[in-house]
Amino acid sequence: MAESAVQIKDVTPQVSGAPKAPDALSARLEALDLPKGGFSAQARADALARLREMGLPGPRDEYWRYTDPRPFSAPVPQAIPIEGKSPDSPLFTDLDRLTLVFVDGAFDEGASDDLTLAGIEIDTLAQADAETDHWARGLYGTLEASGQKPVRRPFATLNTAAARDGVLIRVTGKAAKPVHIIHRRADEAADVMWHHVLRLEDGAELTLLETGMVGARSNGVIEADLARGARLHHITAKRAGHQKLGISHLFARVAAEAQLKCFALSVNGTLMRHESVIDIVGDDASAHIAAAVLGDGKVGPFHHDDTVFITHAAERCESRQVFKKVLKNGAEGVFQGKILVKQGAQKTDGYQISQALLLDERSQFLAKPELEIYADDVKCSHGSTTGAIDEEAMFYLRSRGVPKERAIVFLVLSFLADALEEIEDEVLRGQINDRLEAWLTRRANQ
Amino acid sequence: MLKIDNLHVKLEEEDKQILKGLSLEVPAGQVHAVMGPNGSGKSTLSYVLAGRDGYAVTEGSATMDGESLLDMEPEQRAAAGLFLAFQYPVEIPGVGNMTFLRTAVNAQRKARGEEEMSSGEFLKAVREKAKDLQIDAEMLKRPVNVGFSGGEKKRNEILQMAMLAPRMCIMDETDSGLDVDAMRLVSDGVNALRGPDRSFLVITHYQRLLNHIQPDVVHIMSDGRIVKSGGPELALQVEEEGYGDLLAEAG
Repeated sequence: MAESAVQIKDVTPQVSGAPKAPDALSARLEALDLPKGGFSAQARADALARLREMGLPGPRDEYWRYTDPRPFSAPVPQAIPIEGKSPDSPLFTDLDRLTLVFVDGAFDEGASDDLTLAGIEIDTLAQADAETDHWARGLYGTLEASGQKPVRRPFATLNTAAARDGVLIRVTGKAAKPVHIIHRRADEAADVMWHHVLRLEDGAELTLLETGMVGARSNGVIEADLARGARLHHITAKRAGHQKLGISHLFARVAAEAQLKCFALSVNGTLMRHESVIDIVGDDASAHIAAAVLGDGKVGPFHHDDTVFITHAAERCESRQVFKKVLKNGAEGVFQGKILVKQGAQKTDGYQISQALLLDERSQFLAKPELEIYADDVKCSHGSTTGAIDEEAMFYLRSRGVPKERAIVFLVLSFLADALEEIEDEVLRGQINDRLEAWLTRRANQ
Repeated sequence: MLKIDNLHVKLEEEDKQILKGLSLEVPAGQVHAVMGPNGSGKSTLSYVLAGRDGYAVTEGSATMDGESLLDMEPEQRAAAGLFLAFQYPVEIPGVGNMTFLRTAVNAQRKARGEEEMSSGEFLKAVREKAKDLQIDAEMLKRPVNVGFSGGEKKRNEILQMAMLAPRMCIMDETDSGLDVDAMRLVSDGVNALRGPDRSFLVITHYQRLLNHIQPDVVHIMSDGRIVKSGGPELALQVEEEGYGDLLAEAG
């Protein structure tokens, strides 16, 4: 775990459910140069007030039981050397797409494509915030604020108050091509906050891709508002080998007949926490969220936490959570996933699976699956397993002449297959699979 | 080709002796059948020869062309020319049948210092062999054994055998779960592979498979040893009389 610059003894003891660490918050805010904002000024001021009221989470906070929040609270991150050239060729380069490059969280206009695209309106947060009026005005910080119940998520609130850049995308039709956000690093000690706002109007469609590396530490927020019948596919694949420290939140509101599909590939990272807060508010909607995580403690500490909260508040909706983690050399994986079915959300179909493949006995997986159901005609299931390589399958592969290291690659890919299946687009799925295979093969040969 | 001498094997975890001095020899080009009642150690024999974990060899030897099999890793045995057709082929979701088979073929070639097969060569070869076994393109594309019927799994085993071209083939209860038509397809596939440089050890419970794959020698196994060996007529005797009389006679 990265050294925290905050002295632990300075942190006020926590009461579960009422996180308050005023000293940590003051120190954190002091290290930031808070933007006043243009169109977002009011949202930022509100966020700051909410944050001061709730404080930052401490290690005794129940929602942070399995992951230490202090490295995210520390005023500044430790510098992390900029990585050399990746042995992997960049993802998605052969696709027809619109590319936006962010360097240490700031939009790099010169390196990006022209932001004009049929069916879609793209601005960057920093540019839009120079004005006081923008379509995102009613949305920025709104989904984040409503995602604070029943569990507080102070780092997202901090982000709303302090983020300087990100993308604001409004889709009115079917976006002519995918939008690809590429993150790059320049400053070894960059403490990056990015905040995206996505608004998909009735029947609109967007595929959003995110790749690259973000800062020495990152705090990201996506607010996604899907109107009736809208479809959003979000695929994240962060570059391997980066000793990153990052927290991110997705706040999504899914209206009737809309579809949300998210997939994240995560390879290495010192301390990562991804929270997904999804509110299904219209009938016949669906939300799928999946992740494939590879953690190797050999190159440094590895701790990866996926925390999901899906609320069903409408009828005949479907949700799926598919989380798969492959852990070795003392890597730690965490999954906290909850499905809340509100009264009246009849015919809900909720599914949740979290699985870990432990490649040695030193690694561990902590899972906390939860269902809370207030409707009487629903189908909800959850399952969580932790296991080792299947010896039978291993022997089968080796008996055909496949060397042990290569057999492990096959079995890891096999284990992750269900998560990758959640990527609807075959081409994108194939690229992610190839990337995984190349990475695993390289590691196997080391 | 294959020589097993006084092989003693126990289960590592249970400290239970399964093979108790088993000896047999399969010369090049011959087909030998091993028959025996449940629990006689037939599957253990196939697993030990192929190198599965969990078994401890306490005495005896097993060699292929004079080289000790027991010191090799499973993949080394495969590269040396040993193949085990599984009784229950394993399903591997997410791994394409073709990817798996091509990796296996080329890993063996690499281990033997041979040139790897290009994807064009491989595809051509696999399509030809698949056709004979009535394995369609759709089956080739699917993940390894996933969604295959019992018969399809066994045909897939024979396809692998044909592509890997081993010298010593061990078939563990290949007839189990096969209907008459599937049995004929599988047998035809095996018979097509018979040749002067390739040997087979066919492990089976019933005589019926041996109607299709004619053995040169039949061994009767009981309680971890070969108790009687003879010609194909021995299999017919088992079919008519059961194992009881034979085993009593063998003492």
